[in-house]
Amino acid sequence: MSSIGTGYDLSASTFSPDGRVFQVEYAMKAVENSSTAIGIRCKDGIVFGVEKLVLSKLYEQGSNKRIFNIDRHVGMAVAGLLADARSLAEVAREEASNFRSNYGHDIPLKHLSDRVSMYVHAYTLYSAVRPFGCSFILGSYDKDDGPQLYMVDPSGISHGYWGCAIGKAKQAAKTEIEKLQMKEMTCRELVKEVAKIIYIVHDEVKDKAFELELSWVGEVTNGRHELVPKDLKEEAEKYAKDSLEEEDDSDEDNM
Amino acid sequence: MEKVCDAQIKGVSTGTTILAATFDGGVVIGSDSRASIGGEYVSSKTINKVIQVHDRVFCCMSGSLADAQAVTKAAKFHLALHSVQMETPPLVIAAATILKDLCYRNKEELQAGFITAGWDQKRGAQVYVVSLGGMLVSQPVTIGGSGSTYIYGYVDAKYKPDMSREECLQFAINALALAMGRDNVSGGVANLAVITESGVEHVVVPGNKLPTFHDD
Repeated sequence: MSSIGTGYDLSASTFSPDGRVFQVEYAMKAVENSSTAIGIRCKDGIVFGVEKLVLSKLYEQGSNKRIFNIDRHVGMAVAGLLADARSLAEVAREEASNFRSNYGHDIPLKHLSDRVSMYVHAYTLYSAVRPFGCSFILGSYDKDDGPQLYMVDPSGISHGYWGCAIGKAKQAAKTEIEKLQMKEMTCRELVKEVAKIIYIVHDEVKDKAFELELSWVGEVTNGRHELVPKDLKEEAEKYAKDSLEEEDDSDEDNM
Repeated sequence: MEKVCDAQIKGVSTGTTILAATFDGGVVIGSDSRASIGGEYVSSKTINKVIQVHDRVFCCMSGSLADAQAVTKAAKFHLALHSVQMETPPLVIAAATILKDLCYRNKEELQAGFITAGWDQKRGAQVYVVSLGGMLVSQPVTIGGSGSTYIYGYVDAKYKPDMSREECLQFAINALALAMGRDNVSGGVANLAVITESGVEHVVVPGNKLPTFHDD
């Protein structure tokens, strides 16, 4: 599927003869080089999971976070060029804050997603700038509108999802997500499944150590986006590791 | 239009009686219909001070009618765009916040206060007061304008939360009638709107059909 657009790929302001903007496609490749992030919506909330690759043992634990708080009730998980993602998180924060200042209530997630998408899209129009090299998943919970999940990619398109994955193992993650009956699950159940999926798609051979970042927002957190508490996270990681071992065992039986 | 000295003497609530009250399932908003100049001349007997800024959100104007009309027009425009972008009817607090911002940021030039009332899906029936300087406060019942001074006792004694629609409408009509009966710059007809989930009903009570209280 990948092709080189020689001559038509030097700036975002140029179309190729077959109607593609190569700079935007290259930006999406940048996202595919990053480690995986997933977000899943269940009946009473949203759970985010990020496979955070640890490139050096000297890093402080918990640094280089990939999940951000955009507003009390909104969280954002990112994949791609982290610096681009951080600047977009700041844009999203300002949008949410200005909305509250202008209209007196929390920003609905679809509107926030539309506003940030428009901003991302603006950078795909001009040759003077490059597109943002990151995708991100926005999630929120509101007691009237329920849980919502939106994903924005470098082209500036956003969709609403029940479950989505971005990053290098997104295909494998999507397959695992599709197996879940998320509409009937609660957040507590989902946290364990999200941890398990991240462990499954993590490539032990190519990438060595990783840290799992887990966050949630839902009825269980009273609508506030927070990192999953330490004890529940440990329980989820144990469940994930045990499930992986079981699968290894069952493989041996088949032989 | 008030002469500056009149405004300084009276404080800046001028020539009107406006009110809004929540009941079980909706809100009643109403006003008198007199516009006066200098407290001596009635420039209009039938002015409309209850403005619809969106399907289920209404505003009552007080103070300088010119300023109030300009502000409500701007708010109506803003709210229409906001509602289309959000793909949902606006929340009453969004309408009130828009009005508040207009009043606060332009407080040097403007002399207008509002009562915003309406119904939305999230929080039901609500009433907000946006004062002259741009304060925004939510209350179950509120009165404003020069005529309101004569009915504070009546409102305090007679308002109950969660009344029925008929009780609340009668309460509002009585309050307006009492104020219009004592305030020389309030009068004309009583213009009311009853806002609920299912829609808006306009009620107009001509001056001679208003309730009388031990009168003449």
